[in-house]
Amino acid sequence: MRYDTIIVGGGLAGLVCGLRLQQSGKKTAIVSAGQNAMHFSSGAFGLLSRLEDGTPVDEPLTAIDRLSGEHPYSKIGSERMSVLVREVKPFFEAAGIPLTGDESRNSYIITPTGNYKKVWLALDDMTLLGGSDSKIGDKILIVNFKGYLDFNTAFIAEGLEKRGMKCRIESVELPEMERLRSNSTEMRSVNIARVLDGGDAWKHFVASVNRMITDEDTVILPAVFGFADGSLIRSIREGVRVKTVFIGTMPPSVPGIRSQMRLKKAYELSGGTILLGDQANSPVFDGDRLVSLGTVNMEEVRLEADNFVIATGSFFSRGLWATPEKVLEPLLGLDVISSESRDGWYDEDFFSPQGYIGFGVRTDNGFHPMRGGRPMENVFAIGSLLGGCNSVKMGCGAGVAIMTALEVANTISSSR
Amino acid sequence: MQEQDLSKNNFEQCIKCTICTAYCPVVQVNPSYPGPKQAGPDGERFRLRNPFFYDENLKYCMNCKRCENACPSGVRIADIIHTARMNYSHSKPTLRDWILANTDFMGKVARPVAPIVNAVVGTKPAKAAMDAVLGVDRHRTFPKYRFSGFEGWLRRKAPDQSKFARQVAFFHGCSTEYQHPEVGRAFVRVMNALGYGVQLIDEQCCGVAMISNGLWNQARSHARHNVEAFRKTDLPIVTTASTCTFTMRDEYQEILGVDVSVVRDRIVLVEKFIYSLLDQGRVRLAFREDFKARVAYHIPCHMEKLGWSIFTRELLGMIPGLELTVLDSGCCGMAGTYGFKKENYAYSQEIGRPLFERIKLLDPDYVTSECDTCKWQIEMSTGVEVRNPILLLEEALDLEKTAELNR
Repeated sequence: MRYDTIIVGGGLAGLVCGLRLQQSGKKTAIVSAGQNAMHFSSGAFGLLSRLEDGTPVDEPLTAIDRLSGEHPYSKIGSERMSVLVREVKPFFEAAGIPLTGDESRNSYIITPTGNYKKVWLALDDMTLLGGSDSKIGDKILIVNFKGYLDFNTAFIAEGLEKRGMKCRIESVELPEMERLRSNSTEMRSVNIARVLDGGDAWKHFVASVNRMITDEDTVILPAVFGFADGSLIRSIREGVRVKTVFIGTMPPSVPGIRSQMRLKKAYELSGGTILLGDQANSPVFDGDRLVSLGTVNMEEVRLEADNFVIATGSFFSRGLWATPEKVLEPLLGLDVISSESRDGWYDEDFFSPQGYIGFGVRTDNGFHPMRGGRPMENVFAIGSLLGGCNSVKMGCGAGVAIMTALEVANTISSSR
Repeated sequence: MQEQDLSKNNFEQCIKCTICTAYCPVVQVNPSYPGPKQAGPDGERFRLRNPFFYDENLKYCMNCKRCENACPSGVRIADIIHTARMNYSHSKPTLRDWILANTDFMGKVARPVAPIVNAVVGTKPAKAAMDAVLGVDRHRTFPKYRFSGFEGWLRRKAPDQSKFARQVAFFHGCSTEYQHPEVGRAFVRVMNALGYGVQLIDEQCCGVAMISNGLWNQARSHARHNVEAFRKTDLPIVTTASTCTFTMRDEYQEILGVDVSVVRDRIVLVEKFIYSLLDQGRVRLAFREDFKARVAYHIPCHMEKLGWSIFTRELLGMIPGLELTVLDSGCCGMAGTYGFKKENYAYSQEIGRPLFERIKLLDPDYVTSECDTCKWQIEMSTGVEVRNPILLLEEALDLEKTAELNR
């Protein structure tokens, strides 16, 4: 079975790359083994919040030149980065995922634990703040659903009160939600979102919230609205009689899953093929070229293509694999950047930067991964599979996924 | 990956991310169902400690496998749920369950009196009686039994199959034999045009309905019988029904513990079989020029799990004059015998509602789908005829020209 480009991995990087290639007229397929990190999304994308040495970054584009040569942004270069960065909002908007935020500056988002975290762009459910102490209001009413444990109102109140906001916590009991509560383990974000999506439950919720408001100027709600359709966000904002701020919950992330489903849908509508629940295997090489891949489900039918994009992610999605001795890339046996000694893999202090997060595939400046010390000609590596950056420490995970996906798609579509 | 794991308990791969629950069709409509994470890996830890923790509501799982397709960690969630049903459930299959599960036995009984059976089960009093006495929902339309089946046709009416240089064995399944013999006839005509003769095998019902109705021993006996029959031949075992295929390839091993390893790779759905031949340049197709149809493709859940819908899409995409819409992936709610049951009927229709609405909006000439119970559900709920892809292929192919190309 022949395609122009085969993409392995259906997460943020794989889908963005696939959609951009389809838009440029290429025939592509994505092999995706299970769902992806979009389901744990905070609701915001980071581009770059810290340099390798920990220096905070406010204007990511001005900091690209200060990154080490191994960082994927350095390989794209600051000039190309500033072009790509402008493409992100229209690209997502066209896929039905409106984003909010200023491309040239970082903003802050309130996390589920009530901290302020530096981010770049956010899904338009979320409220971005200008500074690390910005107030969202003076008097805040934090409302949760009774029995919902993945939204910790006390932590949020603590974080906001530290910044001079006065908080009050309430919880709403909805008859529609009682069925869920009968089974405590299913009182989870997506199930709540489903109840709110159908019928009038959301109206009853808004009415309850409005009754609870006394002198508050702002209401905080968990981001569990609009699983299938984001328009519910607007209805809630219009219905609640004071300013409404949504704060992300513990996973699964309702805004994240909605965005993932939109991106997948946009890819399929553009003619792309997704092989869901399948795993690529058995590569056939010709020198430094990859000729074909097999998959578990397709058995003897091989996937052939001019180009292959590997977007299999990091350890969680098994794009990287660690044995007790070494870290490897299991699909093609690509060269991996990692520390020789196991001591360098992790730090015993959980909150310190962890070495293994920075491990990943080694590439040349065109994102051709190295195999046996030589770059592969028709293979590209993108997203969190890439080594050379500690995305947790630097706040660049989503940015690396999106930027490398767009860059590689442009390279492929402009070749030949 | 598994060779690195020290424990054989697959549920330990679960990281409690709850993604499975986000994609479960049942949990969306039925509050009694605990959801795949709780029913599967979470519950399993408790059940291993004490079977007391088994929850009879696990019966609401349709075994659609969408949880497994969504799981980022490779947890065999539905297998865990069904194995738990097998090991811990105290509920005994009822007479209704037995009747629904024994599709081949019922076919044999009904066939000689097919016109009477069809007429009677279609009447309101009969439906009311079945609803009240058995618990088969009165809204259901029963597929009609045929007086003469597929095997009889192949023996009496089809050309001599032994004269073809290449041969396949055909696992036709119950519905082709008793309700839709035209699917089998189309299969034979297409395979003959490709230069393949079709042989029967000593098959029994794949047993999927026995698995879902808790008739474990009977299912295991069918599985052993079929695997033994397949071992006696070297031919590819080609099928037209996605659920039979999936059941024999995966469920025999994973749920029933019947070793299929020696025959598994030979069990293949006709769309993959033909695509693979085309891909290797071993056959060629010639299509009629006057074929025109607007078709919507509903991908059955087990087709999603097999990962083979791409072959059907590619094959149908080759047909000139066929305007194909691939419907958004979603369960139709039937899940074999599940939707027939009175206690599931409302949930079944609610699960399928988005699919039905989309089909009604599209108003295609046909829906196409590899699964017969999806067919019954969609036809009853939308009024649009559902045809197995092999029927479309037979109609669109110029069979004589194709036969010449493959001589």
